[in-house]
Amino acid sequence: MDLASAKQIGAGIAVIALAGVGVGIGNIFATLVSSVARNPSARDNVFGLAILGFALTEAVALYALVIAFIILFV
Amino acid sequence: MAAEGHAIDALGQFQLHTAGSFIGAAVNFTQANLMMVLAAGLTLAMLHFGARPKAVVPGRLQALAELSYTFIHDMCTDQIGEAGKRFFPLVFALFFFILFGNMIGVWPYAFTFTSHIATTLALATLVMVLTTAVALRLHGWKFFSYFVPAGVPKLLLPLLVPIEILSYLSRLISLSVRLFANMMAGHVMLEVFGAFIVMLGTAGVIFWAPAGLSFAVNVALIGFEFLVAVLQAYVFAVLTCIYLHDAVHLH
Repeated sequence: MDLASAKQIGAGIAVIALAGVGVGIGNIFATLVSSVARNPSARDNVFGLAILGFALTEAVALYALVIAFIILFV
Repeated sequence: MAAEGHAIDALGQFQLHTAGSFIGAAVNFTQANLMMVLAAGLTLAMLHFGARPKAVVPGRLQALAELSYTFIHDMCTDQIGEAGKRFFPLVFALFFFILFGNMIGVWPYAFTFTSHIATTLALATLVMVLTTAVALRLHGWKFFSYFVPAGVPKLLLPLLVPIEILSYLSRLISLSVRLFANMMAGHVMLEVFGAFIVMLGTAGVIFWAPAGLSFAVNVALIGFEFLVAVLQAYVFAVLTCIYLHDAVHLH
């Protein structure tokens, strides 16, 4: 296998991490919906936490993306 | 921009060039530094022109300045407690420096200085050194009890203390890489879809529909970039507050 194709396969493998991130973000917003449905007055408090959790989870996806970019372009 | 048959040059946009003719070249003043000066200047201008009218019923700019002040002030006091007022200027400066840096980056042909790990690592180092210094000053040697979790069997401590120390040090990495990766990934995505538009648009009439589709994706991505710009500045500021809370209260 030559280096170029190995790089592309490696970048593809690197972004498998996005599966976990998808589960995580889905979990955050599913929980947000159910908690707002249970207690609508808590919306303002819970929304900020959900956005914070979303940003922290999304960062994991971006770590994987950065690794894929490093494999591909550097 | 990449032409057909060539590889997409996704990272070329992050290259630094000297700005400000020969004077800038002589002192290595790059366009990233120029944008930093611009971001700091915009923050100061917003506060200066927002605070000047001192109207009882605020105008738009004054409302913006007042809202941003109370937003960060509430963030500090909510997260850190009463002691958070002392750190308000730092958190305010960090938030608006990063926010304006991210926002300027969405402007076409402008440069995002937060897309460089050097910049974000410097900011994160500032936060980490400061929180450690604050903790050491407030608690002295008791600060090191932070790395020993309470209510844990003594047998587990040799395992847990290194983990705690490692997680404390890895804040530096996660804080810097999060901001850098978010900004870089967004701009690479814009570049890749922009290259798609050119590649598909020049390939023939049948490819105009997918070219228009990637153009639509790019438009949506710009909106997403604005969301990410605000969100990452917010996350950086909130995490700074949380670390300062740990430093002030130890757990």
